[in-house]
Amino acid sequence: MKKIKTLEELEQFRKEIQAQRDPKKTVISICAGTGCLALGSKKIAGAIKEEIQSQGLSLKVELSAIKETGCPGFCERGPIVVIYPEGTCYLGVTVEDVPEIVSKTIANNEIIERLVYKDPDTKERVVKDSEIPFYKKQQRYLLGKNNFIDSKSIEDYIRLGGYSALAKALSAMKPDEVIQEVIDADLRGRGGGGFPAGWKWHSTRNAEGDPKYVICNADEGDPGAFMDRALLEGNPHSVLEGMIIGAYAIGSRDGYIYVRNEYPLAVTNATLALDQAREFGLLGENILGSGFGFDIKIMRGGGAFVCGESSALFASLEGRSGEPRAKYIHATDKGLWDKPTSLNNVETWANVPLIINKGAKWYNGIGTEGSKGTKIFSLVGKISNTGLVEVPMGITLREIIYDIGGGVPGGKKFKAVQTGGPSGGCIPAKHLDTPVDFDELTKLGSMMGSGGMIVMDENNCMVDVANYFLKFLEEESCGKCTPCREGILQMRKILDLITSGEGKEEDLDTLEWMGQAIIDGSLCALGGSAPNPVITTMRYFRDEYEAHIRDKKCPAGVCKALIKFSIDPENCTGCHLCARICPVEAATGEKKEIHTIDDDICIKCRACYEVCKFDAIKIM
Amino acid sequence: MVTLTMDGRKIEAPEGATLLKAANSANIEIPQLCSNEELEHYGACRLCVVEITHKNRTRIVASCIYEVAEGLEVNTRSERVLNVRKLVIELLLARNPRHPSLLKIAEDLGVKKSRFEAEIKGCILCGQCIRTCREVVGVSAIGYEGRGINKRVATPFEESPPDCIACGSCHFVCPVDVIPMKEKDGVRNIWKTDFPLQKCESCGRYFAPVKQLEYFREQYNLPPEQFSKCTHCR
Repeated sequence: MKKIKTLEELEQFRKEIQAQRDPKKTVISICAGTGCLALGSKKIAGAIKEEIQSQGLSLKVELSAIKETGCPGFCERGPIVVIYPEGTCYLGVTVEDVPEIVSKTIANNEIIERLVYKDPDTKERVVKDSEIPFYKKQQRYLLGKNNFIDSKSIEDYIRLGGYSALAKALSAMKPDEVIQEVIDADLRGRGGGGFPAGWKWHSTRNAEGDPKYVICNADEGDPGAFMDRALLEGNPHSVLEGMIIGAYAIGSRDGYIYVRNEYPLAVTNATLALDQAREFGLLGENILGSGFGFDIKIMRGGGAFVCGESSALFASLEGRSGEPRAKYIHATDKGLWDKPTSLNNVETWANVPLIINKGAKWYNGIGTEGSKGTKIFSLVGKISNTGLVEVPMGITLREIIYDIGGGVPGGKKFKAVQTGGPSGGCIPAKHLDTPVDFDELTKLGSMMGSGGMIVMDENNCMVDVANYFLKFLEEESCGKCTPCREGILQMRKILDLITSGEGKEEDLDTLEWMGQAIIDGSLCALGGSAPNPVITTMRYFRDEYEAHIRDKKCPAGVCKALIKFSIDPENCTGCHLCARICPVEAATGEKKEIHTIDDDICIKCRACYEVCKFDAIKIM
Repeated sequence: MVTLTMDGRKIEAPEGATLLKAANSANIEIPQLCSNEELEHYGACRLCVVEITHKNRTRIVASCIYEVAEGLEVNTRSERVLNVRKLVIELLLARNPRHPSLLKIAEDLGVKKSRFEAEIKGCILCGQCIRTCREVVGVSAIGYEGRGINKRVATPFEESPPDCIACGSCHFVCPVDVIPMKEKDGVRNIWKTDFPLQKCESCGRYFAPVKQLEYFREQYNLPPEQFSKCTHCR
C-alpha cells in the first residue's frame, strides 16, 4: 500500500474498497475478543474457513469475508457468530456446530434453531442480532462497528467511513473549530472524572509550553470492567482517529497510548493499527497533505491500578514509579514532563470521530441535561446477560439491569448494583429508577466511574462486598500518603472483625469518621474515593452491618464465621450428593437416609449448598 | 505580595509561597512531618492539610504544596481539618507509638492514644531520607521498595548500597530517628555497611567518611590532597 497523500486519495481508496464488496454477499463475523477467544473462537474461525473450502463454497464466501472481529458485547452467550447480510446470530457456538452452520445456513440460508437466541420468558426464538432484547435498547455508536470490522484490518475501518472525520477536521475545520465542536457536544471524560473534554483541550491548546502531549489512558483496572479493552481490541482505529483529531486541535505532535500489559490483545491490535496508520500516511509527517504531523507511541503499564490516575500515569510514562503528586496545577498546564497535556480515556477518544462527523448538535441530542452521548458499561455479577452494553445517558439502572441485562438469574432477588468501580458505591433497589448520568450517580453517593456495573443479589453480603473492595484498594494503594496507605488498611481490619463476628457497636461510627477523613485527607482520587463502598453500604444496608455486630449473624449467609450449614430432614432425600462433594467429609449419611453435617469439620465451602437439588441444605 | 485571610486574620505573603510557609511566617502553627524547605514539595504525610475557600468552593488541600493566592480564605483548624490530622496521627502512632515528635503532635491535637492496634514499623514513610539523598546529596543511594502498606525505605536489592557515601544525611533528616548510624574505631556504620573514616593528618581525629570526601573531590574537581585535614586543622 502506498501512502495516502490527500483527502481525495483517501476518498478514492474508500470507494475502491467499497466497490470490492457486494453488500448482498455473505460476511461471517466471529467474535475474537478476549472472552470468546478464551472459549475457543479462534478454532471456530479456522473451522469455518476450512469447512467453506471443503464444502466448495469459496466462491460464495471469500476468505476476507470471514472476519475475526472485536467484542460484540453479548459475552454471556459467546462464542458469537453472526452471518450477514441477514444478521443471523448464533450464540454459544462450538467447533462441532461449524459443519452444520456452513452446510445449512451459509449454503442454504437455513436457520439452526438451537443456536439462535431463545427468550427465557416467552420461549420465542430470535434470529437477528438486532432483535435480541439484549441489543434492542442499546444505541451502539461506538461498539456497534465491532461486528463489521476485522480488528486487524484498517481497510475494514476505512470501508465503514473510517478516518473521514479526520479528513473533515483537517480540510474544513480550524483547530479552534474542532475544539468548539467538542465543547458544544458536551463530551465529558469517560474515564471517571467526567471533566468536559473540549475544555481540557482548550486549556491545553492555550497553555504555555512546548511540546504538547495527547495521551490515551487505557489503564483500565476496575475489577469486572472491560469497556476500553473491547474498544482498543476491536476497533483500535476509532481510538487513533480520535487522538489524531485531538492532537490537531490542541497542536500536539506527540501522543502516547498507556495501556496495561495485562491486555496483550489490545497491545497487539493497537500496535498493528499504529503501523497500518503510519503506512497509509494517517500518522507521521504531513497527514493527508495538511502539513500537520503527529505520531503515537505505545507504552505498556505494569498493572498498578493507581497508574490510571493522571499524575501517576505521567510518572510511570516518565520512567518513575507510579506515584501520584498533588494536582494543584492542572495537567493541561503541566502534565507529562511538566508540559501541557490532554489525557483522555479510550472511550472518550473513540467518541471524537462521531462528534466531528455527525456534529455537536446530533451528539448532544443524545442523553440528559448534564451528560451527553452514550456510555459503555460492563454489566457483570449476578446478571443473566453478562456483557458490554452501550446505552444513551439517562437510561435508568432498571432498564439496563432488567431490559438489557435480563435481570438476576436463578429467581434470586436483586440487592444492589455497584457502579464506578472499586471506589464507587452500591446502589440499592429503591434507586433503580435513577437515570444513569454523571450527576445523578454522584448524588446517590456513587459515581459513573469508567463504567463498571456489578450486580449483586440476595446472596451477596454487603459488608463482605465492602470488605472485598477495600482489600483491592489496600493492595493497590501506592503507599505515598498516610490516610490512603494506613487508613484503608485500618478500615479493612475493622470490617474483618465485623465479618468474623467480633465487631463492636462503636465500629460503625469509627468507620464513618475514618471514611470522611480519608476522603478529605488523601492525596489522590484513589484514597479520596476508597471509602465509598463502605460509606454507601453503611448508608443503604446499615441493617446488615448491625446484624453482624449485634446478632452475630450474616443475613446473606456469606461470612463464614457467622454461618452454619445444616440439613433440613424434611427435604433431605438421602441422595448422598452432599456427602460426595464435601471435600472434608463433614456431610455424611447412608444412602436414602437423612444426612447430617458436622459443623466442627465443615469448612463452609458451600459446595453442598450449591449441589443439593432438594433445597435441603440450610444456612443459619 | 498577595493578601489572604488565614484563620480570620489578614496576612501578606510573597507570591509563590506555600500556605505552610505563609502560616509559619504569621506564627500560625501547622503540624507536618514530610515537608522540608530544602526539598521539593511532596505532600505525603497529610498532617498539614488546611481548608481553603476560593470562589465559593471549599476544599481540603495540603498546605505544604498549595500556593498562596489573592483573596484566598484559609482555615487551618476547621473540624474537617482537625479530623484529618487526628486520623493521620493515630495512624502514624500505630506504626511508631513512642517517638516524642509524634507524641507531641498527638498531644497538641488532643489525641491521647491511637485507637488502632500498634504494628510497629518505626518509619513513617515521610520520604525525607530518600528525597534528601536524591535532591540534596545527589546520589540516590536509597529508595522505596514495595507499595501500599508494604512500602518501605530500602537499599537496592537489600544489599550494601553501592552509591551511598555515608554522609549520614538520611540519619539526620529522619524526623522519627529510625535510621541508625554508629561510629567506632574509625568506621561509620550506616545501612548495615561499614564505611572507613578519614583521619586528620594533623590532629589524628577521624572527621568524615572517606567515600564522602572522594565524592566531594570528584564533584568539584578538587586536588587529591584536599580534605586531608579536618576543619579545625585546615
